[in-house]
Amino acid sequence: MTAVTAPRAVTGHSLWQDAWLVLRRNRAAMASLYLLLTTSVLVLFAPYLSPYGFDFTDWDHVSIPPSWQTAHIFGTDGLGRDLFVRTLYGGRISLLVGIVATSVSLLIGVSYGAIAGYVGGRVDQVMMRIVDILYALPFMFLVILLMVFFGRNILLIFVAIGAINWLDMARIVRGQTLSLKNREFVEAARAGGVSSSRIIRRHIVPNLLGVVVVYVTLMIPQVILVESFLSFLGLGVQEPMTSWGALVNDGAAEMENAPWMLVFPALFLTVTLFCFNFLGDGLRDALDPRDRSAP
Amino acid sequence: MSAPVLAVADLGVRFAMPDGPVEAVRGLSYEIGPGETLGIVGESGSGKSQSVLALLGLLADNGSVTGSARFDGREILGLPERELNRIRGKRIAMIFQDPMTSLNPYLRIGQQMCRVLQHHQGLDHRSAWQRCAQLLDAVHIAEARSRLDMYPHELSGGMRQRVMIASALLCRPVLLIADEPTTALDVTVQAQILRLMRELRAEFSTSIILITHDLAVVAGNCDRVLVMQAGRAVESGTTDAVFYATRHEYTKALLAAVPRLDQVPPSATRKAPADENFLLAVDDLKVYFEVAGDGLLAAPRTLRAVDGISLRLGAGETLGIVGESGCGKSTLARGILRLVAVTGGRVLLLGSDLGAMDKAALRGMRRNMQLIFQDPLASLNPRMTVHDIVTEPLETFHPEYSRAERTRRAKEILVRVGLDPLLLNRYPHEFSGGQCQRIGIARALILEPRLIICDEPVSALDVTIQARIIELLRTLQAENHIALLFIAHDLAVVRQISQRILVMYLGRVVEIADRDALFDCPRHPYTRALIDAVPVPDPRTERARTAVLLEGDLPSPLDLPTGCGFRTRCPHAVERCAAEVPELQRFGATLVACHRAGEI
Repeated sequence: MTAVTAPRAVTGHSLWQDAWLVLRRNRAAMASLYLLLTTSVLVLFAPYLSPYGFDFTDWDHVSIPPSWQTAHIFGTDGLGRDLFVRTLYGGRISLLVGIVATSVSLLIGVSYGAIAGYVGGRVDQVMMRIVDILYALPFMFLVILLMVFFGRNILLIFVAIGAINWLDMARIVRGQTLSLKNREFVEAARAGGVSSSRIIRRHIVPNLLGVVVVYVTLMIPQVILVESFLSFLGLGVQEPMTSWGALVNDGAAEMENAPWMLVFPALFLTVTLFCFNFLGDGLRDALDPRDRSAP
Repeated sequence: MSAPVLAVADLGVRFAMPDGPVEAVRGLSYEIGPGETLGIVGESGSGKSQSVLALLGLLADNGSVTGSARFDGREILGLPERELNRIRGKRIAMIFQDPMTSLNPYLRIGQQMCRVLQHHQGLDHRSAWQRCAQLLDAVHIAEARSRLDMYPHELSGGMRQRVMIASALLCRPVLLIADEPTTALDVTVQAQILRLMRELRAEFSTSIILITHDLAVVAGNCDRVLVMQAGRAVESGTTDAVFYATRHEYTKALLAAVPRLDQVPPSATRKAPADENFLLAVDDLKVYFEVAGDGLLAAPRTLRAVDGISLRLGAGETLGIVGESGCGKSTLARGILRLVAVTGGRVLLLGSDLGAMDKAALRGMRRNMQLIFQDPLASLNPRMTVHDIVTEPLETFHPEYSRAERTRRAKEILVRVGLDPLLLNRYPHEFSGGQCQRIGIARALILEPRLIICDEPVSALDVTIQARIIELLRTLQAENHIALLFIAHDLAVVRQISQRILVMYLGRVVEIADRDALFDCPRHPYTRALIDAVPVPDPRTERARTAVLLEGDLPSPLDLPTGCGFRTRCPHAVERCAAEVPELQRFGATLVACHRAGEI
């Protein structure tokens, strides 16, 4: 019941290590983590195992079902392009969008939210009203606007998604910061003469990360879905480059003649999304101090 | 003794934890007769609460219970949930420590209380409502009928605990279990609640199990006492036997650790320094907060948390600050340290005005003034190691130190506060409350400040640990000639450490006096009431107690009474008290703010 400390151990274990121990016991989360790692490795390296390039057209085998003999193990699409390679290339784009857009929103959102929350007062008011105004911009309108001005470009998708997603992050972080800043250890730091920027960096942000990590794992699949949605509408990546969303779009059109064109990309997409969600759930359980048997 | 109401034999409680089973309670046996009060005393983690939760089948999911408990001759351990529900609330009622969390915030008081009656006794709504009003009357809640329409958050802490007691008594239970019923309350309110429980026991002839960590509470209220340590009963007997013929070492240690108001603490009072160069001078300090008014367009209202406080503190001196919760003690501390914005007044530390400084100068000044917090764990950043926590002030004020130098100093300071320097790389959650407080003290001490403000530094700790932390603070103070501003609501603790004591009420000073003068001859009626309300761990003294108790609660600081703030609760109030705010008057070395201080 009381905190027991082993007498001679010199190194302590941090809350992160505790969380890792809890997470390791969560089978679904761990399985998801391994699956995600496998997927990442696959999309990075496996295309080199196939003799085909992602934009190579195999005229002899147009729209064939999966077959080992031709080395088109997922089959080919209507233009004779190898679906295995295309699915993995699409995965690169999808995961990249997920990770880059999330990192962008993480970076902007966390610093913006932490500053607004910690400084408070008028600064907070102004900063959060800016967020409210940006929220009011319709997302599709923003994307189309960007397309019109700059043409279709995968970078624009990162920018557009990141520009919207950091707003959520900023709000969440600000809320957390508001409750953290009245905690006694922050007051202790202030009483100890620690500067505001240092308090934000050393005391506020590390204590936010638990919530942020959970949110990130839930945000990545959301971003991947948004990208799929854009690609589905034809606003996403440009041919011949592709993404899971674009592949699903193509596959949906050929669903009756060539179901494999839909099945494989959709399988990768859903499994990845599932994994992120399970991992997010697991992380939330692991990082939530209320769940730990405290007394 | 007639047949016992409850007979517990060989009770064991065990929790299945990831690291293996933990035995919270082992081989506990006791009996309690009709109309008897049994006190169960122990420190936190001794299993005292779990032992009664187990009786009612309220253990956490990973808990299991062994042994036997016969209530009215019937075994209640392992009864199915439905049978238990018929006993719980009806024949055995329970009161918890925190009255706020055990009341449903979304239900009116009347609804919650009536529900119990309707469920257990099948009363219709009207007669249930009537009976609830009667019971609120019985627990001395004024205007009982209108209170039934209120929500829990509209009542004060003491009032909520009264409501809890009233709800517990609704079905006239045979046995009432009170788990630390007064721990969250102020001494004056605690005294009211304890008196109420004594009265009710006489009136309803209910048996009571009173669980507490405070031996003083037990002394006046229990017939028999059971002392628990680490899940076992180490001593049990009549209250007199336990207090006057103590057999077990642990009980003796507990008794010795309790600071007592009826005994003068050993060390002599050091006189306040005669020279005029005070280390800290506070003049007419005011801290007001703007609180949003009711409604959209209502003007904000002013909350006067600290309303014109002046004090002087010499180097190496200790000034105690006492008062009920909500009187502005903590805000005063933060106002002095400029951790909250100050509305008016002046704070001089080492002769320089903190209010006139710019941000950088103030930050530089912080090395001379440090703060120790009430909740030891909450005041340490959970993501930082002890090393980083303790050396953070060094990094701020001595960036020239190398990491090795900082580590050396951190180790030094840990040894001085009585911690093993090998624990440097551990994280706060791996320490007990007392150890965390030592880390907090180490952090405050590492810059060798001239002034440390302690904001209730021991009120979250067990008595034995309290005693050690106070001893530590005293030693460190003597070694380093540090001035302490010691804030607490516990007069006995303040008395142990302070040379002078300041009593606060609603943001104002009501009395400042030398320690012994304050206790021997309190001049302000509030001081007197505070001292009278403190229970003493001596059954004979407690039984003979005839003190007049303070009625009611602290008025809201948003809605201060006119004139003297204390007049609404003061037994000596006259017309003048409502008209004029009393100024501080001098009586020898004592300053008192009361119109009638000379007469009474």
